[in-house]
Amino acid sequence: MFALLPIDVLLIAAGTWLALGLAGLAAPRNFRYISKVLFPLGAAVAVLAGLTSLSFLGSGAETAVLAVGLPGLPFHLRLDNLAAVFVLLLGFAAAGISVFAAGYFRKGEGAAPGLLCLQYHFFLAAMLLVLLADDAYAFMVAWEGMALSSFFLVTTDHRHAEIRRAGYLYLLIAHVGAIAILLCFGLMASGSGDYTFAGMRAQSLPPFWASAAWLLALLGFGAKAGLLPVHVWLPEAHPAAPSPVSAMMSGVMLKTAIYGLLRVSFDLLGEPLWWWGVVAMAVGLATALFGVLYSTVQSDMKRLLAYSSIENIGLIAVALGLTLLFHAYRMAALAALAMTALLYHCLAHAGFKSLLFLCTGSVLHATKERSLGRLGGLIHRMPWVAWLALAGVIAGAGLPPLSGFVSEWLLLQGFLFSPGLPHPWLNMVVPVAAAVVALVAALAGFAMVKFYGIVFLGRMREEALKDAHDAGRWERAGLVWLAVLTFLLGVLPTTVIRLIDAATRQLLGAGLADKVREHGWWLLAPISPDRASYAPLVFLAVIAAAVLLGRQLVHRLYHGRLRRSPAWDCGYVFQGPRAQDTAEGFSQPIRRIFEPMFRMERHFPTVRDEQPYYSVKVEDHFWNWLYLPLARFADGISRLIIRLQGGRIAIYLLYSFLTLIVLLLVARP
Amino acid sequence: MSISGLLWQFFAIALALALAPLLTGWVNQCRAWLQNRAAPPLLQPYFMLHKLFHKDVVLAHGASPLFVFAPYVVFGCMLLACAIIPTLSTDLPFAPAADTIALVGVFGLARLFIALAAMDIGTSFGTLGGRREMLIGFLAEPALLMVIFTTAMISQSTSVATIVETLAHGDFVINPSLAFAGIAFTFVSFAENARVPVDNPATHLELTMIHEAMILEYSGRHLALIEWAAALKLYAYSCLGLALFFPWGIAEGDSAAGLLLAISALIAKLAVGGALLALIETINAKVRIFRAPEFLGTAFLFAVLGLLVRLLLESRV
Repeated sequence: MFALLPIDVLLIAAGTWLALGLAGLAAPRNFRYISKVLFPLGAAVAVLAGLTSLSFLGSGAETAVLAVGLPGLPFHLRLDNLAAVFVLLLGFAAAGISVFAAGYFRKGEGAAPGLLCLQYHFFLAAMLLVLLADDAYAFMVAWEGMALSSFFLVTTDHRHAEIRRAGYLYLLIAHVGAIAILLCFGLMASGSGDYTFAGMRAQSLPPFWASAAWLLALLGFGAKAGLLPVHVWLPEAHPAAPSPVSAMMSGVMLKTAIYGLLRVSFDLLGEPLWWWGVVAMAVGLATALFGVLYSTVQSDMKRLLAYSSIENIGLIAVALGLTLLFHAYRMAALAALAMTALLYHCLAHAGFKSLLFLCTGSVLHATKERSLGRLGGLIHRMPWVAWLALAGVIAGAGLPPLSGFVSEWLLLQGFLFSPGLPHPWLNMVVPVAAAVVALVAALAGFAMVKFYGIVFLGRMREEALKDAHDAGRWERAGLVWLAVLTFLLGVLPTTVIRLIDAATRQLLGAGLADKVREHGWWLLAPISPDRASYAPLVFLAVIAAAVLLGRQLVHRLYHGRLRRSPAWDCGYVFQGPRAQDTAEGFSQPIRRIFEPMFRMERHFPTVRDEQPYYSVKVEDHFWNWLYLPLARFADGISRLIIRLQGGRIAIYLLYSFLTLIVLLLVARP
Repeated sequence: MSISGLLWQFFAIALALALAPLLTGWVNQCRAWLQNRAAPPLLQPYFMLHKLFHKDVVLAHGASPLFVFAPYVVFGCMLLACAIIPTLSTDLPFAPAADTIALVGVFGLARLFIALAAMDIGTSFGTLGGRREMLIGFLAEPALLMVIFTTAMISQSTSVATIVETLAHGDFVINPSLAFAGIAFTFVSFAENARVPVDNPATHLELTMIHEAMILEYSGRHLALIEWAAALKLYAYSCLGLALFFPWGIAEGDSAAGLLLAISALIAKLAVGGALLALIETINAKVRIFRAPEFLGTAFLFAVLGLLVRLLLESRV
């Protein structure tokens, strides 16, 4: 009799996903079989994977060797606590998304459902393998598998030129990133030829090469996560993909990059240097501010959310920077605090951003419309989606009592201790950086109000929206699952922190759990209750009690009479739905205040116009400042190379001859 | 957590509910005097609330449940804020539920709901108000957080009760950083409470409104709750300012004598604060909405100065 180890269960899960994908190919056009059998089964496997890592958390690492690679080069796999936290995230987020996907894909749209099923489940399995890989070879294979399968998913509707373009951009940047990661692994193996992670851990690199490896990792994983300046693919690819895929990419795939960054920074490279923290924090702050500003000015709901993902990844990078700083100065308890904020934000973001992306999917189905300027008032037609989206919006705005607030609270607590850093100017600059985090959080609130207010509230901006229908049963189930996760992550912070503490402990040698355990499960006090505390349940209870009691008392003492009438609006008679703010109008203050941050093209109507119109187009500065010069440079180089190729064989022979002579000269004994 | 502590906690909440409209009435009265107008009675806000609760709610056709739900949430948020800010005593059983950072979150939650409710009917003024409110919100929040950071660094804690204990009952130390933080906090509270120079609580000129534009469509009990919540917010901000920068008189335990002293100190401080607020509102003019970033930018600058003063000068002592 043998017991199944958690890592075996996870491998079986990955295998089952692959099998489910292949099973989709068996009947690629059988819509009912694929959507109502295979996708729910995939969700069940995801729950199993999540539960497995839940039960694993806190135990020692497990390894396995899978002889599927090249001869003599097997896949080394390892499940440790860091991986388990991310498997937990993958499993629970994927469960909701798969259930939603079961109701989402429609007959006769885009690629054959069987093909989608294969790509989707391959994507899931590849992400799981990325988390389990214990050597560079397995990691890169899984990483590439993840990139390729998601590329095909992004280009599901490949008939549109813009979607092909988005896919191309994604693939390009994914590969620039992959090259950086490959080089990083090469540096870490440092010529020993041993590409297992165990071998890399045993190496101790000189500071210069360690820093080079870390910077390569930051570039490589940053390209996948969407850090500045390699973020440009994200706002193109996320809206292009079908909504469950956007949710999966934004909620889960971006986190695999964070996982990689954590693995390299704290596990493989050994001791981090202090200035890595400064770099990570600076990049993170820039990314977060950039992301949130651009998300407020978008007029496509999925692009808005995509930029908001950039913002959240930026916040995670800020937390990473803070952790690195504290860790480098051996302030273990504070490093654990910042790391907990980081991991918590990963979990929170996976929950609420998947939820919001799925909500846009439902809206898209009901209305065939992605542009905010043509939506509105959907809370009347789609109450389920609207109310569940509200949970995502509150969490996304970083407000209590939901999940986004807990991680921001922990992060700010971490910043509050940064004056203790034993460094002459860092201890002054870092606390002020907290103000940027506060600005980002407040701007995120602006973006979320814009998203929710324009899509779900107000009056319908188009006649056709009257026919919008609410989400179906499967879609609803997926949304409810993710909303419940967001809620639980918000109100049970101590329980969650105790779970993820194993990973913090593994990476830093210190955790928060002991401190947290001292004061009851309902009170989060990472240092001591005198210093700082937060009890979301009490918080929620007071507000809920005030709401219920207030309502009861008002109705009892006075009355509950209510009359319906047309809206007043200061007595203006001409009130059409067009009088409401458009997406562009809503963000006008931001465009005006932060004007230098945007590249804008505006058209103002004049009195003489036959058909006056106003338009504004906001573009990313990075295109003009970085990408177009790079593209021109690459173009120029390739033009030079074209000159070498005249097409005449005599010339080519001359080249060979010249090369031979040069080689002979160089290699002369 | 003792029974008497719990009793005093509920007493503090009840006091907030009772005193908040009075404070608004007092500010209005002072302002009228300063502006050479006949002043409304001190109890005018209570008459207002009573009248509004009696009236029928007139709900627009396009209103969703969120519109009806929002006033209660806003009211609940403000109640929670008043419950965790030490007005009389620092021994508050509810205080561990939320520290100063969470307090900013409570105000943020209320703002989110009222801005969403403003957009719900789909009128032009509603969305305008919602957009402007969120604008003021994101400009004010960083400054507020920097103020909180300064006080938190002095007391090594973000818990409101501990901050007040340290400032009120610790050794007497002059903290120049608190002066800067105090100025910044005053600026922020003007913006957050929709007062001149950022907003005008008395205006009904449509294009200049912020807060009033958001609540145009509310009536009856919903409007009453929102007005009451606005009064509570002013009260909460005043009490927070008083607790952080003039904490004298706030009791540490829950002895009756100390609390009686605390009540009289609180009322005296609020009376002076309210009169000052009216004075500042009278001698200032409302600025254009796009000057608000400058106003709040100044507040942010003061707050950062306070923080730097703290880090440069005081931490070495």
